[in-house]
Amino acid sequence: MAPGESDTAGGMATTDDVVEAVVRYAAVVSSHRQELIDLDAAIGDADHGENMNRGMTAAVQALEADPPGSPAEALKTVATTLIRKVGGAAGPLYGTAFLRASTAVQDRETLGPDDVVTGLRAALEGLVSRGKAEVGDKTMVDAWSPAVDAAAAAAGDGVAALVAAAADAAEEGMRATTPLVARKGRASYLGERSAGHQDPGATSTALLLRVLADLASERCGSDAGTA
Amino acid sequence: MTAGGRIGLVLVSHVSGIADGVRDLVGQMAPDVTVTPAGGTDDGGIGTSFDRVATALEQADAGAGAVVLYDLGSALLTTETALDLLDDEARARVRVAEAPLVEGAIAAAVEAQGGGDLAAVLAAAESAGGGVPPVEASRPGTVPGAVPGADSGADSPADSGADNRLRTSETLVNKVGLHARPAGALARALSALDADVRVGRPGDEGVNARSVLSVIALGLENGQQVEFSASGPDAQQALDTATRLTRERFGDEE
Ligand SMILES: Nc1ncnc2c1ncn2[C@@H]1O[C@H](COP(=O)(O)OP(=O)(O)O)[C@@H](O)[C@H]1O
Ligand SMILES: [Mg+2]
Repeated sequence: MAPGESDTAGGMATTDDVVEAVVRYAAVVSSHRQELIDLDAAIGDADHGENMNRGMTAAVQALEADPPGSPAEALKTVATTLIRKVGGAAGPLYGTAFLRASTAVQDRETLGPDDVVTGLRAALEGLVSRGKAEVGDKTMVDAWSPAVDAAAAAAGDGVAALVAAAADAAEEGMRATTPLVARKGRASYLGERSAGHQDPGATSTALLLRVLADLASERCGSDAGTA
Repeated sequence: MTAGGRIGLVLVSHVSGIADGVRDLVGQMAPDVTVTPAGGTDDGGIGTSFDRVATALEQADAGAGAVVLYDLGSALLTTETALDLLDDEARARVRVAEAPLVEGAIAAAVEAQGGGDLAAVLAAAESAGGGVPPVEASRPGTVPGAVPGADSGADSPADSGADNRLRTSETLVNKVGLHARPAGALARALSALDADVRVGRPGDEGVNARSVLSVIALGLENGQQVEFSASGPDAQQALDTATRLTRERFGDEE
């Protein structure tokens, strides 16, 4: 697929796609639960895997109990569930991110490339307005921020390509948190001793974007691009 | 008193025992203030609960507003998320204090008990910052110094010193001295008066008598001399009140 083609080349994400992404992310969080706990044990309080697992399990239940009528509704259900159920910093942070994403695509029945970029960017802005972290503070912002930049740069290549680029950038940002000294969140209490460990929130963010990338590439066949 | 009653307090902690315990401690000193604890997760674990915080905000604000105190950063994230979802009017009546939870809650509650408005209660909490109140010149155990140029004895009321403040000294007769509850009672009794009142060891500069934490930090104990000084329109009344309270053991049994 030639880059820059418009039309439906990049595919459109439907409400069902968004729900499917949430279901898959819940499964991924569940299978990475222990890994996220271990990462949080090193620089936090060993609950990130449990928090995210509890929140995402509840989010899937909420979507099943009250099927959403639009991508925005699906995102909002996830947001309010995470805010209510997570219990740690990740709850209000991811919750606000999903809530802002929902608002940003409020009137859309399906999500095209620009909508996905808009939603991802709104999520990052929500995260930053809630947590006040900057890139380099060793938080999930270190994964979200490069992901949004990469997504925006690849917006012309369609949904699958842009989320693939975002997932790659998020994973790179996640790995780059390892040498950093935490300046936000619970890990910041450790000061210099937080260096040498990968940030759990950046890890759960990279997992989320990888779920989106894999799903989009399945939906669009070979359209996944060169990532 | 502000319209709509007293300012309420919300205590957001990762542990329900902390929030509940601070509520109990504060209730002793500010019995008429609504203090709503929001500690722990929905199922009683360690963390913060959006629903508990949202409910506590509703309960604490009787119309005059509420001040929130929290323990760790993620409690602030939960609080701010709950605030975002309030309507504009309710949100405008809530302030989040940057203050240590225990000290801030005590200072805020005493101010609220005295009828302080939202800004005053917030300021009281935040001036309790840093955990330890400003240490005054003399510490517990030092011998009370002589009073330069003043002849105030235990029974000589309201001598005016060189600085035109009225002064009087008393002996602390209650068992615990100027500890938390008596300090709270003193601050409360003085709150309605238009006077600058200081309390300390005789001859010392003393501390603001309305600042419960500063008064506690004096460490004045049973049997020690305490000097009150006051200036302003209600200065005499303030000294009378302080004297009476001291002699009445601040309402303590013994
Ligand atoms: N102020 C913040 N801004 C952005 N991300 C943050 C902030 N505080 C914490 N985080 C993220 O949250 C993660 C920890 O989440 P979690 O363990 O669920 O919460 P808690 O720290 O309350 O136990 C961290 O790894 C970090 O990525
Ligand atoms: Mg944690």
